[in-house]
Amino acid sequence: MNRLKQLFEEKKGNILSIYYTAGYPNLNSTLDIAEALEKAGADFLEIGVPYSDPLADGPVIQKSSQTAIDNGMTVKLLFEQLKDLRKRVSIPVLLMGYVNPVLQYGVENFCASCAEVGVDGVIVPDLPMYEYEEMYKDCFEGHKLSNIFLITPTTSEARIRKIDELSNGFIYLLSTSSTTGKNLSVSNEIEDYFARIKGMNLKNPTMIGFGISDNKSFSKASEYANGAIVGSAFVKLMGEENYLEKIPAFISSMKGKEAMTV
Amino acid sequence: MSYHVNEKGYYGNFGGAYIPEMLYPNVEELRDNYLKIMAEPAFQEEFQELLRDYVGRPSPLYFAKRLSEKYGANIYLKREDLNHTGAHKINNTVGQILLAQRLGKKRIIAETGAGQHGVATATVCALKGIECVVYMGAVDIERQAPNVARMKMMGATVIPATSGSQTLKDATNEALRDWINNPVDTHYIIGSVVGPHPYPDMVARFQAIISEETRKQLTEKIGKPNPDYVMACVGGGSNAIGMFYHFLDQEDVKLIAVEAAGKGVHTGESAATTALGKEGVLHGSRSIVMQTEDGQVIEPYSISAGLDYPGIGPQHAHLHTSARAKYVSITDEESLEAGLQLSRLEGIIPAIESSHALAYLEKMQFKGDETVVVCLSGRGDKDLATYMKYFGL
Repeated sequence: MNRLKQLFEEKKGNILSIYYTAGYPNLNSTLDIAEALEKAGADFLEIGVPYSDPLADGPVIQKSSQTAIDNGMTVKLLFEQLKDLRKRVSIPVLLMGYVNPVLQYGVENFCASCAEVGVDGVIVPDLPMYEYEEMYKDCFEGHKLSNIFLITPTTSEARIRKIDELSNGFIYLLSTSSTTGKNLSVSNEIEDYFARIKGMNLKNPTMIGFGISDNKSFSKASEYANGAIVGSAFVKLMGEENYLEKIPAFISSMKGKEAMTV
Repeated sequence: MSYHVNEKGYYGNFGGAYIPEMLYPNVEELRDNYLKIMAEPAFQEEFQELLRDYVGRPSPLYFAKRLSEKYGANIYLKREDLNHTGAHKINNTVGQILLAQRLGKKRIIAETGAGQHGVATATVCALKGIECVVYMGAVDIERQAPNVARMKMMGATVIPATSGSQTLKDATNEALRDWINNPVDTHYIIGSVVGPHPYPDMVARFQAIISEETRKQLTEKIGKPNPDYVMACVGGGSNAIGMFYHFLDQEDVKLIAVEAAGKGVHTGESAATTALGKEGVLHGSRSIVMQTEDGQVIEPYSISAGLDYPGIGPQHAHLHTSARAKYVSITDEESLEAGLQLSRLEGIIPAIESSHALAYLEKMQFKGDETVVVCLSGRGDKDLATYMKYFGL
C-alpha cells in the first residue's frame, strides 16, 4: 500500500509534514535532512525540486531554490541521491516542484523514477486539473503515485468536489491566497473557510499549508484538517549554521504538547 | 489549419493555463468575461474613441521610398512609433484598462522590461485615475532611467524585482506573485502575448488593430489588401501578432518574425528563442522556452531590452512549428546598422527592437515588384544612448 494512504489511515490528526528544498543548503544535504526529520518526529516529507522561476513562492523558498540550482541540483541528480531513500527513511515522501523541470525530464520517466526510489506522491502547483486529467493521470496512477491538488479560500465548491474526486492522497488546503512564507493570521474569515471545507466531508484527508510557522498555527490548523505543512519556516532554519542539529528542537516546538507525551 | 486559440486555450500543442490554484479564480474571471466585454457596443465605442483621439490612430502606413529603392521592393512601414507613448504597447493597455474597469478592479499591476509597457500602463492608469504598480527588474531600472521617470511622473509606483537575474522574466514573476497575494481587487495587465490563457488571445485581439488598419490602408494605396511579405520583430511577440493577425488566414502573405540573436545565435548571449529553445512552460503557458537540459529557464541576452525574453507567445510557437510564419534572427550589430540606415534614408529613428525587423530586409531576395510591410513597432528616442555609443556619434 502507498505509504501516504497508510499514514492517513493510521493517524487521523495532528499530522505534521515538512517541506524543504533538495540541494539546500548543501548539494548533498537532501537525505541527511530527510533522515533527521523522520527521527525528530515529522510524519511525512515534501522534498522541493528547485526551479528557476518559482512563482508561487515567497523570498525564502525562492532563495533556497536558487542556491540549490547554483549548488548543482538537477532532477536527475535528485533521483540519484534518492536511490538510498528507502534504506534511510520510512515515512512517506512527496516531491514538490514546478511543471517545467518535470516536462524536460519526461513525465513518464519522472513517474517511473519516483516509483523506483520509493517516492509516494507528487505536488506540482502549476499543473492544472484539465492538463492533469488529459495527459498525466494515467501515468501517475500507473506508478501508484498520489497527485496532490491545492485549494484556496476562493476555490469554488464545484471545483473542490472535482478535485476531491481526482485526488488520491490528501488535499492541500491553502490557508490564504498568497505566496509561501507569510504568517498565518487566523481571522474569522479563515476559520469560516476551514470550517466550510471540513463541513463538505471530502473523501480525501486535508492538510493545511502556507503560513504555518509555529505550534500555535499548527494546532489551529489541526483543528480543521488532518494536519499541517511547514515550509518557509523550516527552510529558513536550514539556512542556519549546524542546521541538522536544530531539527529535533524545531519539530518538538511545532508539535508542542503532542511531542511531549510521545 | 487554425492559427487561433481553441476553446481549451490552446494553439496546437501550445498555450493552456499552467497556473497555481491561487491564480485560478482571477484567470477564470478573465477567461469567462473578456470576449463578452470586448463585444459590448459601449466598450467598443470607448475603445475606438480612445484609440483615435488619445493614441492617435490610425497610425500611418508610410511608403519608404528611399528604402524601397535600396532593396528593390515596395516597402511600407506601419508607423506604430507614432502612437502616444511611442510604441504599439498602448493599443493593449488601453483595451485592458477598459476591461479592468468593467471587471470592477481598483488596482493595476504590470511587468516591464525596457519600460515601454510600464509607461503605456502608467499612462492609461493616469488617464483613468487607477492605482498603478509596475514591476521592473532592478538591472533594467538602472538601464532605463528615463522610462522609470516617465512612469513616476504619471503617478505609478515602480517596484524593483530583485529576484533571479533582475530583468523582465523576474519582473513577470514578481507581478504574478503580487496577483496571487491580491486576488480580488487587482488586474494584471500583461504586456505581451504571453501568460496563461486568455492573455495571449486577449492581447492579440487588442493588437490586431495594426493589421486591420494595414489591410485597409494597402487597399487604398495599391488596390489590394495583401502584401507579399509582412515582417515584425519578436520578443514575447505582441507587435508581431498584431501585425500578422488579419493575415494569418491569407496564405498568400508570407510572414516573417525576427528574433534577437544578440551577439550571435550560438554565442551563449542570445535571445533567439525558436533557434535555441525547446517546448516548455513559462509564465503560465506551454510554448518554446530557452532552458537548460534540466528545465531551468535561461536568461537571454539582446542589446534590445524589449526582445530579451526567454520565451515567445504560444501562438508564435504554433506559427513556428506549423511553418505558417518564418522565424529568423538578427544580431545586435545588424540591428544597430539598420537603425542608422533608416535614420539616414528616411529621417526616422527606430527603436532597436524594430531595427531587428528592418535589418532582415538585407537578407531577403526580392523579385521585382513585391510589396513588403514592416512593423515599425516603436521609436528610437529611448535607445539614443545605445546608438550614440555604438556609432561614436
